[in-house]
Amino acid sequence: MNSEKNTAVVTVLGRDRVGIIADVSRLLADYGININDISQTILDDIFTMVMMVDLKDVVIEESDISEKLTELGKKLGVQITIQHTGLFNAMHTI
Amino acid sequence: MINDHEIIETMQMFNDQHLDIRTITMGISLMDCAAPTVEESCNRIYDKICRYAGKLVETGELISKKYGIPIIHKRISVTPISIVASACGAKDYTPFAQVLDKAARTCGVNFIGGFSALVQKGYTNSDKVLIESIPDALAATELVCSSVNVASTRTGINMDAVRDMGVIIKKTAEATKDKGALGCAKLVVFANAPEDNPFMAGAFLGPGEPECVINVGISGPGVVKHALEQVRGRDFGTVAETIKKAAFKITRVGELVAREASERLKVPFGIIDLSLAPTPAVGDSVARLLEEFGLETCGTWGTTAALAMLNDAVKKGGIMASSYVGGLSGAFIPVSEDEGMIAAASSGSLKLEKLEAMTCVCSVGLDMIAIPGDTTAETISGIIADEMAVGTFNNKTTAVRLIPVPGKTVGDSVEFGGLLGTAPIMDVNRASCADFIHRGGRIPAPIHSMRN
Repeated sequence: MNSEKNTAVVTVLGRDRVGIIADVSRLLADYGININDISQTILDDIFTMVMMVDLKDVVIEESDISEKLTELGKKLGVQITIQHTGLFNAMHTI
Repeated sequence: MINDHEIIETMQMFNDQHLDIRTITMGISLMDCAAPTVEESCNRIYDKICRYAGKLVETGELISKKYGIPIIHKRISVTPISIVASACGAKDYTPFAQVLDKAARTCGVNFIGGFSALVQKGYTNSDKVLIESIPDALAATELVCSSVNVASTRTGINMDAVRDMGVIIKKTAEATKDKGALGCAKLVVFANAPEDNPFMAGAFLGPGEPECVINVGISGPGVVKHALEQVRGRDFGTVAETIKKAAFKITRVGELVAREASERLKVPFGIIDLSLAPTPAVGDSVARLLEEFGLETCGTWGTTAALAMLNDAVKKGGIMASSYVGGLSGAFIPVSEDEGMIAAASSGSLKLEKLEAMTCVCSVGLDMIAIPGDTTAETISGIIADEMAVGTFNNKTTAVRLIPVPGKTVGDSVEFGGLLGTAPIMDVNRASCADFIHRGGRIPAPIHSMRN
């Protein structure tokens, strides 16, 4: 919400292949979204990438970003989700 | 700082364990819509609901996208129509149900609750008209839900209303028999009905509530079940602790959504209803969660104890997570809406009497239970009376949502579709309670109502 920083978490789950990070970061760059941090791991044989992104200078409606990412995910055969960090702070901190 | 483990755990809750916000329900007071004529009153109701709830669905969808949280339903609850309509002097309140239905469609919500009356101590003239109108009102509408509060710990049980509701349930079944008595799935009889409950079919906005308010109902039996799978064979202290932690996280999601919705809609936030509300989907069942405690099937010995502990631990986790927990808050045990309950009832392991015992420790009552179509009105009233006694004398909410399906009997089943699911017809004790039901009057309030 307003008092919090406007940051979000992008997660990519699926089968690993060449160029996933490139494609996702290109899309984010196109809409003025800066990547603060990236980590990736293989969890239960599933490629898992977590990106912390900054929505401060985003150039499209925030609600449209998730649609764009879902579309890209379909093209790449992976699941891409964007969630505002407020969610994780609410669930995992007291 | 959030770590990857927490992020992935959260993703799994949404993706694999069916965590969702079950409903954002906007409560709208219709007190100022009372008018001397039905037409004028209905016009005011329609205009007011559309003015307040016009952006509800859109706002819900925006929040859903922002946090990546599924928000299943957007709904509306209103002041009990028996209060709003009392000034118009009409003899049939079906037009009020129809205008609620129309307003719900315009706003794009999938249910509207509040075709209701609060008669725990007796009838006003208007309450009487409303209750008589229920069968036609539910047959003439699709999105309207109706509820009648017939008992409370403070007042005791209005046995005249209990008798009448048996007849009304039968008439509602008959009026909607071409849809498997679907009308009865939208009609709840309550003891100690909460005035801020966001869940259907029992939602209405009580007389003590504000002008407009956002209440949020959350769910997640799958999340709790998954958490319990990690502690198989461990002692009950560990189980309680595990449930509390899961409930805490679920409630925090609800609070986040409620506060954001409240801010965006400029409507005060009321309460979070932390209920484990099952759906017919596999992996979203309260019965299966109870079985995870170590029971072969839901309904066997140990079920009530497991449910009691579950209900209590869910509340304890939720209370820590939000200061405004209200509504029903606990575990729901509807039969038709829960894949595991359907299986247990079909196999004969879960019977009506066991369900009644379970309602002593769950958050609601005998919910979405299909019974033979030839069950008498008096027997239905008898079932209601017992359930109301459980609520009244234990100082808790209980409810009855029974569906006597015309032309069907034990061994058959009825399909409602969607979240309402499929119900096997359950056997009912046939010994007569007619003389008991026809006594009339009120069962006095229990001694522990005298708290002043």
